Amino acid sequence: MVSIAGITGVILFLEIRDSLYMPPADHGSQKVAPWNDPKVRSVVFQFVALITLGYFFYTIFQNTLANMERRGITTGFAFLGNEAGFGILMSLIPYDETYTYGRTFFVGLLNTVLVAGFGIVLATVIGFIIGVARLSNNWLIAKAAMVYIEVLRNIPLLLQIFFWYFAVLQALPSPRQSIAFGGIFHLNNRGLYFPSPIPEAGFSYVIWTLVVAVIGVIWLRRWARRRQEITGQQFPVVWVSIALIVGAPLLVFALTGAPLAWDHPSLQRFSFGGGGRMIPEFMALLWALTMYTAAFIAEIVRAGIQSVSHGQTEAARALGLRNSPTLRLVIIPQSLRVIIPPLTSQYLNLTKNSSLATAIGYPDLVSVFMGTTLNQTGQAVEIVGMTMAVYLTISLLISMFMNAYNKKIALTER
Amino acid sequence: MKKITIGLLGATAAFSMMMGSVQAGTLDDVKRKGSLTCGVSTGLPGFSNANSKNVWSGLDVDVCRAVAAAVLGDAGKVKYTPLTAKERFTALQSGEIDMLSRNTTWTHTRDTSLGINFAGVNYYDGQGFMVSKNLGVKSATELDGAAVCIQAGTTTELNLADYFRLKGMKYKAVVFDTSDQSVKGFESGRCDVLTSDQSQLYALRIKLANPGNAVVLPEVISKEPLGPVVRQGDDAWFNVVKWSLFAMVNAEELGVTSGNVDSMKSSANPGVKRLLSGDAGKKLGLNSDWGYNIVKQVGNYGEAFERNVGKGSALKIGRGLNALWSKGGLQYAPPIR
Amino acid sequence: MTDLEHPSLAPPVSSVGIVGWMRQNLFSTPLNAGLTLLAVGLIYFLLVPLFEWAVWNADWRGSDQSDCTSGGACWVFIRARLDLFIYGFFPTSEYWRVDVVFALLAVLIVPQFFDRFPRKGWIGLFTLIGFPIIVYFLMMGGSFGLEPVETGKWGGLILTLVLAFVGIVAALPIGIVLALGRRSTMPVIRTICICFIELWRGVPLISVLFMASVMLPLFLPEGVNFDKLLRALIGIVLFQSAYMAEVIRGGLQAIPKGQYEAARALGLGYWKSMSLIILPQALKLVIPGVVNTFIALFKDTTLVLIIGLLDILASVQSAIVDPAWRNVSTEGYLFAAFSFWVFCFSISRYSQALERKLQTGYSR
Repeated sequence: MVSIAGITGVILFLEIRDSLYMPPADHGSQKVAPWNDPKVRSVVFQFVALITLGYFFYTIFQNTLANMERRGITTGFAFLGNEAGFGILMSLIPYDETYTYGRTFFVGLLNTVLVAGFGIVLATVIGFIIGVARLSNNWLIAKAAMVYIEVLRNIPLLLQIFFWYFAVLQALPSPRQSIAFGGIFHLNNRGLYFPSPIPEAGFSYVIWTLVVAVIGVIWLRRWARRRQEITGQQFPVVWVSIALIVGAPLLVFALTGAPLAWDHPSLQRFSFGGGGRMIPEFMALLWALTMYTAAFIAEIVRAGIQSVSHGQTEAARALGLRNSPTLRLVIIPQSLRVIIPPLTSQYLNLTKNSSLATAIGYPDLVSVFMGTTLNQTGQAVEIVGMTMAVYLTISLLISMFMNAYNKKIALTER
Repeated sequence: MKKITIGLLGATAAFSMMMGSVQAGTLDDVKRKGSLTCGVSTGLPGFSNANSKNVWSGLDVDVCRAVAAAVLGDAGKVKYTPLTAKERFTALQSGEIDMLSRNTTWTHTRDTSLGINFAGVNYYDGQGFMVSKNLGVKSATELDGAAVCIQAGTTTELNLADYFRLKGMKYKAVVFDTSDQSVKGFESGRCDVLTSDQSQLYALRIKLANPGNAVVLPEVISKEPLGPVVRQGDDAWFNVVKWSLFAMVNAEELGVTSGNVDSMKSSANPGVKRLLSGDAGKKLGLNSDWGYNIVKQVGNYGEAFERNVGKGSALKIGRGLNALWSKGGLQYAPPIR
Repeated sequence: MTDLEHPSLAPPVSSVGIVGWMRQNLFSTPLNAGLTLLAVGLIYFLLVPLFEWAVWNADWRGSDQSDCTSGGACWVFIRARLDLFIYGFFPTSEYWRVDVVFALLAVLIVPQFFDRFPRKGWIGLFTLIGFPIIVYFLMMGGSFGLEPVETGKWGGLILTLVLAFVGIVAALPIGIVLALGRRSTMPVIRTICICFIELWRGVPLISVLFMASVMLPLFLPEGVNFDKLLRALIGIVLFQSAYMAEVIRGGLQAIPKGQYEAARALGLGYWKSMSLIILPQALKLVIPGVVNTFIALFKDTTLVLIIGLLDILASVQSAIVDPAWRNVSTEGYLFAAFSFWVFCFSISRYSQALERKLQTGYSR
């Protein structure tokens, strides 16, 4: 709530400052009556609007306070420090029943960020593939992509989540009959079990090598670009980068004697134990979010690519560029300008849609914090306010990031 | 623009007049509306469950009906609002419902910090576990490492955590919004154990495809006094709900049933007289036939129990703790006098 | 010498007909050929079992679980519960009122698919304004001798349609006002509108619905309360109007500056220039966008099941947990999915056709 007020204040300040610098309107030589003067009218109108709005919020605030006081509802944020006392299915940070309600907030928040983050990456990859497939000159592939898009984006997401969770994942076999993939992965109705790596002494060297390699690649790219601008010579950046990032850590890994053990999941009394595990709630939600959003992204990608006129391709050919560089250097950079703005709103939608987790019990922010915590403490106003503020902040952050990226790739005209 | 300004001013004026509306208590509110809005569960056989024609029945529903009979003289004038466990207190606090009768456990935190009051206990319960028969589990102490299905926003979640911590066992809580979903999770094998109040376990078991395949473990790990709930700070309404429930229990104790209530009206027993006529109703702000209406239209506590969860139902739960105090149970209502 | 033109040779067999088409469209390069074979394989392994399950082996006739014996889809379940999916808990004797609503909707929609239907514009306007009023009186009852039906009994397809339709009709004017406000030169108005729009666009609909359904009475004075369906609708309308405002803003931005200047040059004030010059052009531009928003809203109405309203998905959910039926969840979800798909797909096709037809203006 405070953050909203702050943002409002900043916008208001900037707006008013801008308006003060506006050139004065020319009303001609005739003097107009004050009630007909647009400037006076505008000030009065805005003043009235502000007062009305202020009064509106004030009454709501007063009503809420009065209602809560009359009903003896506890207010304030002190509850965040109390012991939660309930378990959460999945947590990225250490958590058990003895942690506080404040901790449940972060557990839920991280789970939301996890599913939204994975969802954005996967949906982008799948969406790009399908979007390109939609334009394939292979008739069958193009039609298959079209069917995918038209089916998935016209069915409500909630229904898709239910379908994957209740109809597909819960129909998987029980742990004892799980489907094994080469004895390494086990899939059953409790989730997907996989071996988890246990770093041993010396593994940190591998990590450090990776970090150094990444920094090296960044430097290499800059150097190669500068060299190309000066001398026109190209440097095989991509291959060298891959070699550095993949090869160097692997080499160190081998040299230090493969310092990594694997914790394999094994069948125990009720289910698998040990190793890593992806709960079915997460899988269903991620899968549904990805498939649904990918259908929209595919359409955006298609429109983006089609927006680049064919003349560009012909011009690239005339310059002697082959297929791949034409796509990479001419078509995609131009289509990205059309793709990025709607892509941003898809990312925002995906993040907000991840709140549907509550319908299948994936412990995201809405399900844990606006669900169980709200119920145990009964402080609806504070908790719903915090939850909405989080989504608002995430939305603004994604918008800011994507706008910055958009600005970076925008056409810089001379 | 002038028009809009005037419009805005008008709206403001109208809004402020709306603010000045009278603040009535829930009792007057219900009488004025002519119906009682009662928060119930999203579907739990025996307690509050709607059939395919959307007709509600159950022990909790009967409390709503008793209140409607006492206040409005017609047990049918109830609007049921199905609520998940997560929504129920917010809905009550905000005034969305007039009372909540949704197998809600009376606890200290809820009574003191949620702005609500518990108007008695209509079912004494305790939390138990249900497992699949072929798992071969005989006791809750063998559940270390199990995945447990629970309904979000219940005391069950907290008791479960306490119990497993006390026994030094680990568990994975699979939390669902509604009991339907948790049953589905249990049935499909998403979890090994379904935990809830024992009465609910029996109720949910009849929703399984193969009820014989599931067993309820003997352990009862908590006290769960369930009862109707009202908002704090409205004592007149609190009394009405409280005494509607007490009237049902007193009627059973006095031997008044829906069948014999008409002939009992002329009974010489002063207790029966005070229940069925007399000024007890006036003092609650109700008509003097409030007790008669409850017993006639809803029945006494024993009748409601047997009809919904006891012998007359699919659940077949014995009276146990819920027998009258005079028969070794805990149901004890203060006298009407 | 006769000037006999040599008849041109028939094109090679491999470049015409089915073979030619396949060579060109499916097997033009080795990569394409591989992709084609892969796609054929996938389709074979996915669609054939699906077809067998859903059509070939399915049970269509009967009245209860015992009629589902063949191992395929149990469509008997859908037949048996169809009334619930369409009418919710509307009293059986009053079904005709819902049917009238459906019929009226169909009659009103049909003219929009024809180019030169007489008075098409007026019919459209009536669909937006007059129709909801008729539906209100027909569904609520309590007047004209109709038995009142409380909104708690509304459900299924009709509830979904009511939510989506009212949502879009009410969001449109609010969206226009917000869009104009966002482009206003008055800093206070602009700020209010920006904050309003971004606030609603930034939060998930389910939190809005949660607030509307259980928290709203907390913000109002004691004793002021309204129907649960109405509260959900208010939430949906406010949420949707923010999206609508952005769509309309896009239209306003597409109007060249010259139009604004020309309107001023004619001496028109703000409201006159907006309502006579700018909005008629802008709204025409945004019709496809509005239709797309409608599709999004139509799908989003499913979220009301989280606050306990019985829309079509919720009625399917409640029917598949009925112990009288076993393992019918796939059938139920597929039915719901198909119902939504039919609506959304046809509306989106309509919107695309409209987009092509209206593409006359400023796009270069």
